[in-house]
Amino acid sequence: MANTDTPTGVLTTPIFRNNPITLQILGICSALAVTNAMQTALVMGIAVCLVTAFSSFFVSLIRHQMPSSIRIIVQMTIIASLVIVVDQVLRAYAYDISKQLSVFVGLIITNCIVMGRAEAYAMQNGPVMSFLDGIGNGLGYTVILLIVGFFRELLGSGSIFGITVLPTVSNGGWYIPNGLMLLPPSAFFVIGLLIWGLRSLSPEQVETTEYRIRPNTSPLEAT
Amino acid sequence: MAASRNSVARTLIVALVLCVVCSVVVSTAAVALRPKQQQNEELDRKSNILRVAGLYDAGRSIQAQFAQITPRVVDLNTGEYADSIDPQQYDQLAAAADPSQSRTLSGPEDRAGIGRREDYATVYLVGDPDNPDEIILPVRGQGLWSLMLGYLALKGDGNTVTGLSFYQQGETPGLGGKVDSAQWKALWPGKEIYPAGSTEPAIRLVKGGVDGNTPDAEHKVDALSGATLTSRGVTELMQFWLGDEGFAKYLARFRDVSQGV
Repeated sequence: MANTDTPTGVLTTPIFRNNPITLQILGICSALAVTNAMQTALVMGIAVCLVTAFSSFFVSLIRHQMPSSIRIIVQMTIIASLVIVVDQVLRAYAYDISKQLSVFVGLIITNCIVMGRAEAYAMQNGPVMSFLDGIGNGLGYTVILLIVGFFRELLGSGSIFGITVLPTVSNGGWYIPNGLMLLPPSAFFVIGLLIWGLRSLSPEQVETTEYRIRPNTSPLEAT
Repeated sequence: MAASRNSVARTLIVALVLCVVCSVVVSTAAVALRPKQQQNEELDRKSNILRVAGLYDAGRSIQAQFAQITPRVVDLNTGEYADSIDPQQYDQLAAAADPSQSRTLSGPEDRAGIGRREDYATVYLVGDPDNPDEIILPVRGQGLWSLMLGYLALKGDGNTVTGLSFYQQGETPGLGGKVDSAQWKALWPGKEIYPAGSTEPAIRLVKGGVDGNTPDAEHKVDALSGATLTSRGVTELMQFWLGDEGFAKYLARFRDVSQGV
């Protein structure tokens, strides 16, 4: 794996080489839900970036004060507070998008990426590095969301960021939109293809097989 | 250090301080942003009303455009205006959930699937309130997956549709979700709710398309393809809200004047 001890390292490694979605398979739930348009995907990505960065920062800041018995609760409280603040800000300044994202902003609390970085990185590292690590992982999440959103919006609605690229039949054009692309299951296919593509390009991302299915031992009666 | 960090006293102190700090942060954000959020909700509601009336102009401020619209509260049981209720303060959806301000609907009465119907509804009148150019009515009803909330705009004759728009719905994207599409909404203007001389709404969604040769084409709108239950929901909610339990009594006053019914 790449050098993860430098500021650039923590910032860029999670984008492709150690991507939270495609390699660690975290945060899939929201990746399915909010990627039917690129605009919502972008805003969701920014929200997750901010929450991951600041929660890692604060967790790292008080990591020496944190009693280990209530460690997880403390992390959750910090994350939940930040998510509520982000949700309130979105409702005040990006009302239309917050309506589309609806419950999924609140569900950032349950996004394993946020909790995972707080527990795995911020508990062992300084605040600045943790902050950058949070940004990096948030960006990794955002990039995948945007790629998935690109295909889903293009094939499902014939547009990108709401701008028509393929004029659809219902608006007098020629493109027959693929309705499946607007439904959450299509994100499974797109993410699956992405994971396959990424792991074919860099085979070191392929996990080692944990067990191998052996041929059946011959039944006793038969011997 | 490590031992004291994990002591009971330390644990309690950290938990307490954290809770206080986080609650201060969260409540500050909630209180400080509340006015802005309420303003957004208000603007959103007003822009929905302007859109359904076909008056929305993105280039002008919504508040200025809304000046030509007068909200009034209507008693659904009598069809009269209820001037004792301030339309600025009255929250129709909250009233629908309050047993003292609403009535439980049961069985065939509850065609729209809304459970309870409030006694008063807020209507929006465009132009002169005594002789409005357009009357905008709030409508809602159960679709396939969700409660669909919207506005229906009628001409001043209380019969001709000028627009229908749903501002909140959770129907299947690409199928039932097209209740919100411009193409389908464009089918509505010019449709008529009631047959002459009747207060029974005849407007309905039909399968297979509607053209000039369809009998009673003025009362029929093409259903959403691939969304039978959403279409049925729209028919039911239109029939409910324009029927006797809804705005039929209220709308009769406009039809009395202009059609002599």
